[in-house]
Amino acid sequence: MTNLQELSISTEAAENVRRIISQYPADKKKSALLPVLHIVQNETEGWLTINTMDNVAKLLEITPIEVYEVATFYSMYHIEPVGKHVIEVCQTGPCMICGSEKLVHYLEKKLGILVGQTTPDGMFTLKTVECLGACGYAPMFQIGETYYENLTEEKVDQILDSLLSATSSNI
Amino acid sequence: MPKVTIDDISLEVPLGTTILQAARMIGQNVPPAMCYYSKLEGSGGKCRTCLVQVVAGSYKDPRPMPKLVASCRTTVMDGMEVRNTTSSEVQEARKGVTEFLLANHPLDCPVCDQAGECKLQDLSYEHGLSKSRYEFKRREFDRIDIGDKIQLHMNRCILCYRCTQVAEQLTPERVHGVLHRGEHSEISTMIEKAIDNDFSGNMIDVCPVGALTDKTFRFKSRVWFTKPVFAHRNCPGCEGKVTLWYQGSEVLRVTSRKDKWGEAESFICNSCRFDHKKTEDWVIEGPAKIDSHSVISQNHMKFELPVIQPLLTTENEQTA
Amino acid sequence: MARKLLLELADIPQIQNIDTYISHGGYRSLEKALKKMTPDEITEEVKKSGLRGRGGAGFSTGLKWSFLDKSTDKPRYLLCNADESEPGTFKDRYLMEKLPHLLIEGMILSSYALGSNTSYIYIRGEYMFVLRKLEKAIQEAYSKGFLGKNILNSGFDLDLYVHPGAGAYICGEETALIESLEGKRGNPRIKPPFPAVSGLWGCPTIVNNVESIAAVVPIINDGGDEYAKIGLGKSTGTKLISASGNIQKPGVYEIDMGITVEEFIYSDEYCGGMKDGLELKACVPGGSSVPILPRHLLFRESNGDSRRMTYESLSEGGFTSGSMLGSGGFIVYDEKQCIVRNTWNFARFYHHESCGQCSPCREGTGWMERILHNIENGRGTEDDIQLLWQVQKNIEGNTICPLGDAAAWPVAAAIRHFRHEFEYHVKYPERVFDADHTYQPEIQQTYSLTT
Repeated sequence: MTNLQELSISTEAAENVRRIISQYPADKKKSALLPVLHIVQNETEGWLTINTMDNVAKLLEITPIEVYEVATFYSMYHIEPVGKHVIEVCQTGPCMICGSEKLVHYLEKKLGILVGQTTPDGMFTLKTVECLGACGYAPMFQIGETYYENLTEEKVDQILDSLLSATSSNI
Repeated sequence: MPKVTIDDISLEVPLGTTILQAARMIGQNVPPAMCYYSKLEGSGGKCRTCLVQVVAGSYKDPRPMPKLVASCRTTVMDGMEVRNTTSSEVQEARKGVTEFLLANHPLDCPVCDQAGECKLQDLSYEHGLSKSRYEFKRREFDRIDIGDKIQLHMNRCILCYRCTQVAEQLTPERVHGVLHRGEHSEISTMIEKAIDNDFSGNMIDVCPVGALTDKTFRFKSRVWFTKPVFAHRNCPGCEGKVTLWYQGSEVLRVTSRKDKWGEAESFICNSCRFDHKKTEDWVIEGPAKIDSHSVISQNHMKFELPVIQPLLTTENEQTA
Repeated sequence: MARKLLLELADIPQIQNIDTYISHGGYRSLEKALKKMTPDEITEEVKKSGLRGRGGAGFSTGLKWSFLDKSTDKPRYLLCNADESEPGTFKDRYLMEKLPHLLIEGMILSSYALGSNTSYIYIRGEYMFVLRKLEKAIQEAYSKGFLGKNILNSGFDLDLYVHPGAGAYICGEETALIESLEGKRGNPRIKPPFPAVSGLWGCPTIVNNVESIAAVVPIINDGGDEYAKIGLGKSTGTKLISASGNIQKPGVYEIDMGITVEEFIYSDEYCGGMKDGLELKACVPGGSSVPILPRHLLFRESNGDSRRMTYESLSEGGFTSGSMLGSGGFIVYDEKQCIVRNTWNFARFYHHESCGQCSPCREGTGWMERILHNIENGRGTEDDIQLLWQVQKNIEGNTICPLGDAAAWPVAAAIRHFRHEFEYHVKYPERVFDADHTYQPEIQQTYSLTT
């Protein structure tokens, strides 16, 4: 897979990509598109550039438009830059009646941004999303692969603080 | 051969025939089709204008189908009974679908090159309400040129997917597609680039509305002021059978020939379409047959007699 | 204490570990099934059990399996639908997180029954943390010889993979799921052909919900007849219910089908009653798509009998006075909740999730959301309520896939049963919300108390 280098992803991620492609028949490489885009997006600052998508197309032996069509269809792919941590607050019915609107307002106030925006330091992007399948543990949000559930204002403070301190200690 | 009855008219059809094809064979009360295109594989099923009611599935299983079905994608079974114009449920549903298709469609027919040969105009004339009940802001997109010959006016698009099927099935590589989803879906190349291949012009012909138009014809004339003439040439790229659209002695545009259902009889290459716009490039066959209900026929005075004749008898005629 | 067929082991520490799972009787069905039963005998047991699809449609699983086209040389595929996205539903996630090996065991049995040598679990992309657990469990199962070549010397081969989605409710529709697994947009296919004849890569394919596949394990262990003894009428076995909303104890519960709705809400074993001493106003018993029921219709069928947690009882009365069991996404609303706001919220969901392929859904879902948004924000008119009714009616039944119906039904039911709330919004806009629509719970409260 010579095209794998062009993706400029870590060795571990490349290994994952290889493993995933092997899960589908050799002539059905396109099936690996969704999982591969997930891996690549994680490796490229959380969003997909045209260049990245073109390289994925080459890797899976499909046309670039096939990748664009998919990347714009699914809500988890970002085709524009996002903050380091994307806070995705569930806003659907069961969460709403358990206080998700209040939670969004609290986050907006705390971060000083509106839904859809990114903090000036590039640390947080605030998004509302549809049902995440955590209705019994509402209100909740997802950051990266982690679900934070039964949220209160205190819990939110703690979560954001720990994300901030984890980032600063990494520098 | 399976027998199907549509609005009380029965017909035996070859195995695998769809309800819509059967209706076209019967030739009357044919459901409208905005997305189905018999020459494009996988087309149909999306616009929902051709919905019909199946009151009996077949002799073997005469139960009615629980929902209205897309006639373009439902295969006839022996003994099937279908209601189209005789079903008030179908008429109501079609009215609803028409309203949905118009909800976000701009009311810019006066400046749209498709006006006069627009399938959505026909549909709304036959099935639409006189006034839109949709009071919200319509979707808006920028007009974009995809290459120097074709313009994409996404506001008008009804997402029939035909142009993507043309690109998939007629051209070496599809570079445009449907991006985003739901109401935000749009036909796009993602990054602006030209769609440049020998058969891209057919996207214009299959577009049921004015979303994809011929830039070389843009604002030159209303179609009903032009006179369609059948012509052919010996073309290495395609069959070379076209319609020339004249204004006076000038050919304003070249299109494929459309059959009774508005479909291209054969797809033509871009060389025929864009590069051969002189009468001397062509062997003229005679005036094109235009449906008498079409607005184009209103300006078709000189050819009125041949128009109602079958095509074969007009073959030796010359243009004026 | 109700019997538990699926969640029996859920609270055992380290049950996600294969050795713990085996020591509690896990994977014992494989010896029996792979060595002593033919694939058709397994299908037969599933048929006998009366198991109905747990994803929402409630179609007989055994019957669905029998439609699989076995006449071709093409490979056959079993796909597990773990794209759980119906608002109010989180049972599959719970099952997979708690008992990944139960799903894998069910996948092995079902794949054997269907003759699938490569099977996939399609899981929604947001559940990536569950996918990691499943992949780890699958590795363990390979190392024990439960997956791979010649499983337990039975001659049966199976490779099992997990495939993530990427944020699209529509991929829970089985043909959209297949498209998505093929690396495409999640546009539902136009049927026929049905997946059982032409599904994944054009091959015969069966798509089953997580809970349905897990239920095959107790069905094989105890026999289809034993399973069918549980429940009421055609609603056999146990069902996972995801309970959420304004109740004391939200969570996932395994119930014997047939307990009363009242018991489920008020018993301490389940929801534990309403929260904050408030009254129950309404309930969506089967996920956001099914009709909302007001209190007076929720507990009683039209003949006065208690309404029960079964497919039949919940849908008794049709859409006039009934609802559906659906996916078992049980959302409970207290007296302070605004039905118009909830309906608008759901309409926004379907608008967001419409794939955009067919016109009634693409154009209709957004239209409904906008009308509801206006009404909710005090900008609606009496005519808007009428128009909303007609728009939902024009969507229902006219779309390629069931998402159109799923979007239309909650709107229809809300108008049917709570028209007075819509009219109140139209009549007293100033009492509902202020003009720029900031969140004002105290106003909402006043409003609810006056209706």
